[in-house]
Amino acid sequence: MKASPLLLLALLLTICFTLATRIEPRAAAWSRRDKSNNVFSVLFGDGRRLFANQFFTMADVYFHSGYYPSIFDKSGHESEVVAESHGHTDSPEDEKNEDFLGKPKDWIDAFGRNFRITKHTHLEHGNEREILPWLRLAADMDPQMIDTYTVGAFYLREHLNRPQEAEAFLREGLRNNPDSCEILFELGRVYYESDHDPDRARNVWQLAVQKFIKLPSQTQKDDRITFEAITVNLARLEENAGHLAQAVNWFQAAQAVSLAPGVLQKQIDDIKKKMAAPPPP
Amino acid sequence: MNTIFALAGVVIKELYRRKDFYVLFVLTALITLAAGSVNFFHDAKIVRYVKDVCMLLIWVSSLLIAIVTTARQIPAERENRTIFPLLAKPVSRAQVLLGKFLGCWLATGIALLVFYAFFGVITGSREHQLPVLSYFQALWLQWMMLAIVIAMVLLGSIYFAAPSSTTTICFIVVVGILGIGGHLDSIALQQPQPFQFILYLVYFLIPHLEWFDLRDFVVYNLGVVNWLAVTLASLFAAAWAGIFLLFAWLGFRRKSLNT
Repeated sequence: MKASPLLLLALLLTICFTLATRIEPRAAAWSRRDKSNNVFSVLFGDGRRLFANQFFTMADVYFHSGYYPSIFDKSGHESEVVAESHGHTDSPEDEKNEDFLGKPKDWIDAFGRNFRITKHTHLEHGNEREILPWLRLAADMDPQMIDTYTVGAFYLREHLNRPQEAEAFLREGLRNNPDSCEILFELGRVYYESDHDPDRARNVWQLAVQKFIKLPSQTQKDDRITFEAITVNLARLEENAGHLAQAVNWFQAAQAVSLAPGVLQKQIDDIKKKMAAPPPP
Repeated sequence: MNTIFALAGVVIKELYRRKDFYVLFVLTALITLAAGSVNFFHDAKIVRYVKDVCMLLIWVSSLLIAIVTTARQIPAERENRTIFPLLAKPVSRAQVLLGKFLGCWLATGIALLVFYAFFGVITGSREHQLPVLSYFQALWLQWMMLAIVIAMVLLGSIYFAAPSSTTTICFIVVVGILGIGGHLDSIALQQPQPFQFILYLVYFLIPHLEWFDLRDFVVYNLGVVNWLAVTLASLFAAAWAGIFLLFAWLGFRRKSLNT
């Protein structure tokens, strides 16, 4: 029996079309990838999280303009983009520790340094914007990586004077991590320090405290620096608003977890003195 | 010398007749333009990641062009039997080898010029500045590094059986040297004897291709490298290219050309 190739082609196409109409509705339920609006989750699925740390490290590499230890260099290097967003600045001791190159080991190493970046610098004067693509990519790769949002928002707000972009980025982080008190804390800083809106800042920070209280006790122990930062900022906000009793309460809450309770006690004493002083006539 | 230049001219013509360069250039341009068109936080001044991506693509493309073009030169002449009429003329085997080397090196130099011109246009339009000296140093040292690579591949093509094996082995060696060549001393320190001695020996014996990588200086706008260091590195590259070519000639002069 001899079949016409055209007829065979028509038959195969008909079979394909029929099967497609039957299978397509079921296939949509097999995978959630096609529903994602993120190109990386479509391409890599959950495997994309593996790349997030690498992209976050790239932000740190850019922050140092390429002066960064490789996996072969001995270093206790910690991410400085994170450290700076937490208000930490390098002391001379830190600078010494970050000299991961040390003295040249031989003539090859010494000569090779002509072609390597050997100076420890940080981005400044608005050039901090160069780390943002890597933070954006890290957030796309792993939406549950909290530091990405807080660090990105810090640089957008503090160095690039773009609080709206910072807020939008933090809101995105909050949608992906609704229980994150770090993101809420950073959002409060946007409202308080950039928007000068203490009421919204107070609401957000109080929500952050509530979220923190609901955390497991071990996580609370690990994150006590975050709690201290939230409560100290709440205390300062209340002090500036003239709510001195509430300020004392927040400082005392901070004291309970602080590594330097003495410093906070001094601030509490100062506020108490203000409260005891007779009101101006 | 005219013979060598004539042979080199044939290799250059081959490069622009083949599609390798065009494909790689179009890919580099498309990926760079796609990366540059992404909007991060509505900030049009962000540029370094585009430079980074473009420079990486230029490095990968130029390595591919250099290795693939060089690996097939001698084997193709033998396979097509064009080597016999060539050697029947007053052309020595050393001249064939030098002509092939010079042709591949000049061809990759032309390709590099086109790549860097594209890079200059892209970065100039985004940064509104063109650090010509810095780009020149980066291009020059990359080209000098490619001289070592081309000579190494030419040597490989004399000894290895097929262009595919030469390409693969040379690519692994080059990427290995670029990746860990400069760190072999640190790795050696953590190894027991005799591995420590062997690693140190390798460290001092390999051509340090990583010296020729000035991408960081270009991407982070860190100015120019000491010119004396650039000159010494160029001499180092010339010496290594010479060593590889000498070994290639030692193998090629006695090699049977029948396939």
